Amino acid sequence: MAAAAALEAVAPTGALWGLVQDFVMGQQEGPADQVAADVKSGSYTVLQVVEALGSSLENPEPRTRARGIQLLSQVLLQCHSLLLEKEVVHLILFYENRLKDHHLVIPSVLQGLRALSLCVALPPGLAVSVLKAIFQEVHVQSLPQVDRHTVYSIITNFMRTREEGPFVEELFEVTSCYFPIDFTPPPNDPHGIQREDLILSLRAVLASTPRFAEFLLPLLIEKVDSEILSAKLDSLQTLNACCAVYGQKELKDFLPSLWASIRREVFQTASERVEAEGLAALNSLTACLSRSVLRADAEDLLDSFLSNILQDCRHHLCEPDMKLVWPSAKLLQAAAGASARACDHITSNVLPLLLEQFHKHSQSNQRRTILEMILGFLKLQQKWSYEDKDERPLSGFKDQLCSLVFMALTDPSTQLQLVGIRTLTVLGAQPDLLSSGDLELAVGHLYRLSFLEEDSQSCRVAALEASGTLATLYPVAFSSHLVPKLAGELCIEESDLARGDGPTKCSRHRRCLQALSAISTHASIVKETLPLLLQHLRQMNKGNTVAGTSEVIAVCQSLQQVAEKCQQDPESCWYFHQTAIPCLLALAVQASMPEKEHSVLKKVLLQDEVLAAMVSVIGTATTHLSPDLAAQSVAHIVPLFLDGNTSFLPENSFPGRFQPFQDGSSGQRRLVALLMAFVCSLPRNVDIPQLNQLMRELLELSCCHSCPFSSTAAAKCFAGLLNKHPAGQQLDEFLQLAVGKVEAGLSSGPYRSQAFTLLLWVTKALVLRYHPLSSCLTDRLMGLLSDPELGPAAADGFSLLMSDCTDVLTRAGHAEVRIMFRQRFFTDNVPALVRGFHAAPRDVKPNYLKGLSHVLNRLPKPVLLPELPTLLSLLLEALSCPDSVVQLSTLSCLQPLLLEAPQVMSLHVDTLVTKFLNLSSSPSMAVRIAALQCMHAVTHLPTPVLLPYKPQVIRALAKPLDDKKRLVRKEAVSARGEWFLLGSPGS
Amino acid sequence: MVGGGGMGGGLLENANPLIYERSGERPVTAGEEDEQVPDSIDAREIFESPFLHLAHLIRSINDPEHPLTLEELNVVEQVRVQVSDPESTVAVAFTPTIPHCSMATLIGLSIKVKLLRSLPQRFKLDVHITPGTHASEHAVNKQLADKERVAAALENTHLLEVVNQCLSARS
Repeated sequence: MAAAAALEAVAPTGALWGLVQDFVMGQQEGPADQVAADVKSGSYTVLQVVEALGSSLENPEPRTRARGIQLLSQVLLQCHSLLLEKEVVHLILFYENRLKDHHLVIPSVLQGLRALSLCVALPPGLAVSVLKAIFQEVHVQSLPQVDRHTVYSIITNFMRTREEGPFVEELFEVTSCYFPIDFTPPPNDPHGIQREDLILSLRAVLASTPRFAEFLLPLLIEKVDSEILSAKLDSLQTLNACCAVYGQKELKDFLPSLWASIRREVFQTASERVEAEGLAALNSLTACLSRSVLRADAEDLLDSFLSNILQDCRHHLCEPDMKLVWPSAKLLQAAAGASARACDHITSNVLPLLLEQFHKHSQSNQRRTILEMILGFLKLQQKWSYEDKDERPLSGFKDQLCSLVFMALTDPSTQLQLVGIRTLTVLGAQPDLLSSGDLELAVGHLYRLSFLEEDSQSCRVAALEASGTLATLYPVAFSSHLVPKLAGELCIEESDLARGDGPTKCSRHRRCLQALSAISTHASIVKETLPLLLQHLRQMNKGNTVAGTSEVIAVCQSLQQVAEKCQQDPESCWYFHQTAIPCLLALAVQASMPEKEHSVLKKVLLQDEVLAAMVSVIGTATTHLSPDLAAQSVAHIVPLFLDGNTSFLPENSFPGRFQPFQDGSSGQRRLVALLMAFVCSLPRNVDIPQLNQLMRELLELSCCHSCPFSSTAAAKCFAGLLNKHPAGQQLDEFLQLAVGKVEAGLSSGPYRSQAFTLLLWVTKALVLRYHPLSSCLTDRLMGLLSDPELGPAAADGFSLLMSDCTDVLTRAGHAEVRIMFRQRFFTDNVPALVRGFHAAPRDVKPNYLKGLSHVLNRLPKPVLLPELPTLLSLLLEALSCPDSVVQLSTLSCLQPLLLEAPQVMSLHVDTLVTKFLNLSSSPSMAVRIAALQCMHAVTHLPTPVLLPYKPQVIRALAKPLDDKKRLVRKEAVSARGEWFLLGSPGS
Repeated sequence: MVGGGGMGGGLLENANPLIYERSGERPVTAGEEDEQVPDSIDAREIFESPFLHLAHLIRSINDPEHPLTLEELNVVEQVRVQVSDPESTVAVAFTPTIPHCSMATLIGLSIKVKLLRSLPQRFKLDVHITPGTHASEHAVNKQLADKERVAAALENTHLLEVVNQCLSARS
C-alpha cells in the first residue's frame, strides 16, 4: 500500500519533470500550459514546480535560467489566485533576487512579478519592496517596449489597491520621459492610434495627482519655453489639466515662472492657438488659486498673483501707442474670468484706468479699442452673481460708465457707436445697476439710433436688437419713454414733415414699425404695441391717404415679428391670436364686400403679396397655440368661411354676406388663403368642425377657373389638411375624391392647369408623409413631363415637391414631414426620370432635365455625391440646355463634384472648361456667377490636366472682370486669381 | 530685392503688429441682385479685392493657419483707395506697418499684381506709399510705377513665389 502511494506521488512528479525538461531544454512551448493546467487541477503544487525546475534555475547558461523562470512565470500568470500568502512571500523574495540576474533573464522575471502583482494574497509592504527592487536593479526607461509595458502593468496592478507614496519620483520619471508626445502613426497602422490619443492618455497620467507637481511643473515651464509649437501647446494644455487637481501648495513655488512664461507667450506668440491655450492656462491657474482652502495662518497667494499680473499689464493699457493693449487686456480678462474674487480684484483696478484712458484719447478708433476692453471686463461681471448690492464692484463706476457709453452712442464713428450699443446692453443686464434716469437717457439714444439713415444700417439693426433685449428687462422704461414717441411718429403725415432732404414719411414709418416690433419682447409691451400696429392698419383702411402695397406689407411684417416674439409665452401668444386675427379677418372681409365706391386700400388688401403677408402673420400666430385654445378659435373661423357667420369679428356690420365658397365675389374667394393659413397651422390633434364639408368645398374651389390665386390657395389648404389627417377610411375617401377631381380636370377642358396644381399639392402632401399612394401620383406627374401643354409646369413642379414651403406643409405648422423624404424621392424616382429622358422626343427632353435638376439640386450634397458619377453624362448634356434653370442647377451639382471627385471630372476637362466659359457670359446673372464658381472649382483638378488651358482661360476670364454686376466680378476675380496661381511658383 | 531671407527680417521687425478689425463682407444690396441695374466699380470693391494673406511676412513661419490680411494690419484702408469707373483709373495708397519696413516694395508689388489680375484691362493703376509713412517712400514708389521693373520682377521666380504666396487664399 505504501509503495503504491509512493508510486502515485512519484508518477505525477515524474511527468512534471518531463514537461519541465521539454520546455526548458526542448524549447517547446506547449508544456507550460500543461503544467499550469495540472497545478490548477491540483495534480501538483507550485512548490513542486519550483523543485522540478531546481537545476535549470541554477544553470550557468543565462538562456537556460531565463527559460526556467519563464516557465515558472507562465504558470504563475495562470495560477496566481491559488497562491497562499506564505508562498507569495517566498516567490517575491526569489524574483526580487533574480532582478539582479543577467539581462536576458529580466523579461521573464518581470512577467513573474506581474503575475504576483495580481495576487490577492499579497501581504502589505511587499508592493513597495517589489517596486523598490525594480527601480533599483533595472533601468526601466531603456527596456524594450514589451518589458516597459510589463513594468507599467505591475505599477497599475499595485496602484489599484496599494500606496504609491514612496515612488512618486520614479513613477514620474518613467511616465514623463514620453512628454511631450511626438508620434506619427505608421501608415496602415492596424491599431489606428492617433497622436492625439497618446497625448490625452499621457496627460491623464501626468495630471492625475498633485504629488507630481514638484517634478512636472518645472518640466512644463521648460517645454513652454521651447521653440516647438506642439510642445508649447501640449504643455499649456497639461498645465490647464493639472490645475483641476492642484492647490496653492503645489503651485506656490512655481507661480512667478509660470506667469512669466504665459505672459511671454501671449505677448509674443505668432500663433492664435498658443495665445488661446496660454489664456486658458492662466484662467485655470487663477481658478485653482481662488478655490484652494487655506489654513488660517497661510498667506493667500491669489492676491499676490493677481497683483503681479496687474503690475505687468496695466502700464501697457496706458501707453499712448497702444501696442500691447490687446494681449494685456486678454491676460487680465483671462484671470478675471476665473472667480468672483479675481474679477473683483482686477476690475476694480483696471476700470478706473480704462475710463481715464478713454478720455485721454480723442480719436474714435482708439476710443473704440478702449471701450471694447471695458466691454470685455463688464461681460465678465455677468458670470458672477452678487448677493449684496453694495458688494457689486460696478456700482461705484456706474455714472462714469453711463456717461462714457452715451458719448460713444453720439460719436460720429459707426464702429464706436456699435461698441457703445453692445456695452449698453451689457450694463443693462447687470441687475439693479442702471437708475430710472439712466434708462430714460438710454431709451432716448436707442430711439434716435433706430431712425438712423440707410448708411448706418448696422448701427440701426444693433440698436433695435439692444432695445429688444433691454425691453425684456425694463418693460416700464420702454412703455413710458419709447412707445408714446413711436405712437406719435406713426401719426405724422407727409405734410407735417419739413420739406427738404429729410427722410420721407414712408421711411420714418417703416423704421417706427420695426422699432415697435423689436421692443415687443415683454408681455406688457405687446399689450401696447399690438393695438398700435392694428390701429395703424385700420387707419390706413379708413384714412384718406393713399396707402401703398409696400406700406401695408410692412405693417404685416411687423405684426409677424411680434407674433414670433409672443410664441414662447402662452399668454402673449393667445393675446396676440385673439386680438390680431379677428381684426385682420374683419379688415379683409370688409375689403372683399361688393361696394360701389372701392377705396384704394380695399384693393390693396386683396392683392397677392398683401394676402401672403397676412398669411404669414396668421400662421405665426397659430402654430404655438395650445390645443384647447386653438379649438376655441377654430370653432369661430371655420363657420365664418363655410356659413358666413361673422358674429365674432369686431365691427361686423358688413354691407353683404360673406360666402367665399358659394357664389361670393372673386375677392371673397381670395380670402381662402387666410383660412388656409389658419387651419394648416393648427396642432394635429385639434378637431376641425365640418371637416367633410370643408374638404369638398376646397376641392370644388381648387378647380374653379376664375382666379389662379384662390384655386391654388384652396388646393394648398386641401393638401395641408390631407397631410395631417390620420390614416383611415376618411382619408381614403378624401384621396379618392381628389384623384377623381384631378383625373376629370386633366382629361380635357378648361381646368387642366388647375387640376395639375391640385395634383402637385396632393402629391407633395403624400410624399412628405410617405403615403403609399404618393408613388402613383408621382408617376402621373412624371407622365405629364411629355405633355405639350403642361410639360414645363410639371418640370417646375419637381422643385415644389422637393423644397420646403413657408406657409403650408411645414414642420413648424405641425405637418407630417419625414426627414428623409428627399433621399427617398431621389431613390424612387431618379431612375425613371433618366429613362424618361432617354426615351422622350427631342422637344420635351428639357422638361426631364429640368425635373431632374430640381431633384438633384435640393438633395443634401453628401447624399448626392456618390450617385453623381453615374449621372455625369446627363449633367454634361444638361449644360448645353438653353433653359437657365437647368443650367443653374446643373452648375450647382457639378461644383461640389469638381471639389470631391477631381479624378473623374478631369476626364471631361475640355467639355467642362468650354461650357463653363460659355455660360460665364449668359444673360442670367445667377448663371454667370455659378459658371465662374465652377471655373474656380475646376482649379482643384490635377494641375497638369489644366495647364494647357491656362492662357486661354486667363484671357477669357478677363471679360467677366468688367461685368456690369459686382457679384459677378467678385467671382471672376477669385476664379482668375486661382488660375494665375496654377503651376506658378509659391502657390 | 526681397527674397526668402527677407521674410525673417519682416518677422523680427514687427513681431507684434497692432491688429485692426476687418470691416466684414459687404452686404449684398437689392440693386446688386437686380439683373438690370449695372453696379459701377467702387473703392470698396477694390479695397476688398486685394485680400492678401501675409502670413509668412508678418507672422511666424510656423503658423500659416491664421494669416492676417492687409486690412487687419491697416496697411490698406478703404479711404486710401480712389477709383473712377468712367475714367478707368485706380489709385491705391498703402501704409507700411513701420517706417523702415523692408517689406514695403514687396507689399506694393503684391497689391499691384493682385490688381492687375483682378481689374479689367482698361484700368490705369497707381500703387504708392501713403505720403510720409516710409523712409524710402520715393524709391519704392518709383519702382512700383515702373512697368518694366514690375514685369521684370515678376520674371524673377523667387520673387514671384513670394508674391504668389501672398495672393494665395489657400495658404
